[in-house]
Amino acid sequence: MDLATFLIQVLNGVQYGFMLFLVASGLTLIFGVMGIINIAHGAFYMIGAYLAFWLTGVVGNLFLAIVLGIPLMVAIGYAVERLAITHLYHRDHLYQVLLTYGLILIFNEAQKLLWGTGFHGVRVPAILSGAVPLTDTLVYPHYRLFISVVCLGVAAGMYVAINRTKLGMMIRAGASNREMVEALGIDIGKVFAIVFSLGAALAGFSGMIGAPISSVYPGMGDQILIISFVVVVIGGIGSIKGAFVGAMLIGLADTFGQVLLPELSSMVVYALMAIILFWWPQGLFGRRV
Amino acid sequence: MPKKQNSTTTRRRFLVGTAATTGLAVAGGVLPTRFAIGAMAPIKIGILLPYSGTYAALGNAITDALKLRIEQAGGKLGGRDVEYVAINSEMSVPKAPTNTEKLIKKDEVDFLVGPVHSGIAAVMAKIVGKRTAPIMIVPNAGSNAVTGPLCGKNIFRTSFSNWQPAYPGGELMAKEGHKTAVTISWKYGAGIQMMGAGKEAFEKNGGKVVQEILIPFPQVEFQAHLAEIAALKPDAVFAFYSGGGATKFLQDYAAAGLKDNIPLYGPGFLTEGVTKAAGAAAEGIKTTLHYADTLDTDANRNFRSAYQAVAGRGADVFAVQGYDTGSLLLQAAAAVGGDVSASADVIKAMEQATFPDSPRGDWHMSKAHNPIQDIYLRQVVNGEQKLLGVAAKQLEDPATGCKLV
Repeated sequence: MDLATFLIQVLNGVQYGFMLFLVASGLTLIFGVMGIINIAHGAFYMIGAYLAFWLTGVVGNLFLAIVLGIPLMVAIGYAVERLAITHLYHRDHLYQVLLTYGLILIFNEAQKLLWGTGFHGVRVPAILSGAVPLTDTLVYPHYRLFISVVCLGVAAGMYVAINRTKLGMMIRAGASNREMVEALGIDIGKVFAIVFSLGAALAGFSGMIGAPISSVYPGMGDQILIISFVVVVIGGIGSIKGAFVGAMLIGLADTFGQVLLPELSSMVVYALMAIILFWWPQGLFGRRV
Repeated sequence: MPKKQNSTTTRRRFLVGTAATTGLAVAGGVLPTRFAIGAMAPIKIGILLPYSGTYAALGNAITDALKLRIEQAGGKLGGRDVEYVAINSEMSVPKAPTNTEKLIKKDEVDFLVGPVHSGIAAVMAKIVGKRTAPIMIVPNAGSNAVTGPLCGKNIFRTSFSNWQPAYPGGELMAKEGHKTAVTISWKYGAGIQMMGAGKEAFEKNGGKVVQEILIPFPQVEFQAHLAEIAALKPDAVFAFYSGGGATKFLQDYAAAGLKDNIPLYGPGFLTEGVTKAAGAAAEGIKTTLHYADTLDTDANRNFRSAYQAVAGRGADVFAVQGYDTGSLLLQAAAAVGGDVSASADVIKAMEQATFPDSPRGDWHMSKAHNPIQDIYLRQVVNGEQKLLGVAAKQLEDPATGCKLV
């Protein structure tokens, strides 16, 4: 592998990592703050992608579709939290897994009823349809660079929101000591509803922004769910910083695994997870229990 | 997880069904049918196809077209009513033995139609091949083994062997003057066998495959391998993906700028049913397959309009395979007057079946029970599979290892 190819593969790995971070951040946020294992997170991602496909068809532009889609995702997240999740805060994780698994089945079935079982593509907006030449045969699409920039923006935004705002303070407080926060007169139920809606919106947003390069098809959420859990576990459950580092590690490991160890490529990310958990059982940035 | 699938019942189908039932009831009142008194049990057709996940569209297309063919012939097989028992395969190989056993032992089906997935096909063929009944008809899965080492008297295929659509593709690549190629596909039965056949043909005709890339199924992150291809700079790329994976591969291949520099070839599944989703990324790609949308025959036009009317979507190669499965069932049952328990006679009728009305053009069964059929050369033009000609006339799978040959 020459230097140019190596750098291109680094670029590919980092870009994949950004996409993974966007999906995984919502998952880790929900778990870290609320203690809810939400395996319907992949389904939210899928709904986002289908919304992007549908709304782009209606309004004719992906950006407008995303602007319209985000409030819809927040509403879906809010409804799910109020109607279902809220009853399970004091129960065991098993109940949460069962409930959110049921949600996957419902969302998959709803997707089939609303949009059928075909495959769909979403057009990249004309303004970003160009590409940067990398070598004489390879170019890099502007849209992929755009996704990376957006992911960095989201990461920075989340960092500021959690560390520098009042809501962020309540979220952090709720994550470390729920009873104390309640005793101080903060409506923790409201904080949880906001966090869950945000988490769902993040998953939906990644589905929407990723739709032009992932294409849109039934079952797409199931694939992203597993790799998101790997990212969250490596980074330390509940840590946004961990999700970022975990996503980068997985993105690079997966990319180079495919090129350097094609025979073992499906194992590389799981091997990495096993190694990391061996030395850091809580994940890289997980809290000690 | 629920296994029985009934969710394909749409309002349209309900209305059609109601209309058909009412029609039959009215006709039945006037004309007593042949089996009206004997209360003959319906012929049971077990179906094991995917109705959820990435390949749901394939399962639905096959089922809709199969039922359409039988409805067109009056909704009966050899004068007997038909009962369908459909199970969602979920594309799960571990669940395949249980599902197959259930259809055979609990539902006691006369015919077993399925699957889409080559791995499941191997499981089913191993179970069915040890028995004399039911008769299995494969409406898609192309695993060479099903009509090779695993072939059996009661195992038929109405679709293709993986070797069939891929071999002429490799030949084409060499004929168009390419000397080196990279093959890329998913690492599973169909991908490995199709890439093998393409490579065999390409190298027999003077080409050289410089790299064979296999990606874990069903992963769809292609960037790393596209960079690899760009660095290798082959004359051509030979690829097999299908469904959502094909859409994404075509889009990524075009977006990486490779499409303009390194032409892409492959078995027709690469562009089948995904041209609309892939848009410009699929334009101009040449593939080889046993069907083309624009085949200029009455049989094809009639089939396409009838299918569009019942299914509410355009027909594809999978629908054609389902449709021909229906034709095969009709001929088998008609030959024995509906007495499908007479296995030897049913099998003989199926071996001699003809398909003059097939949308793909006439074909017949090989000794290994696999279609001997024309393979067409198609090119995507304005989102349609334009027919350029016949790439291989009446191509027969080598059926290596089959004891029936």
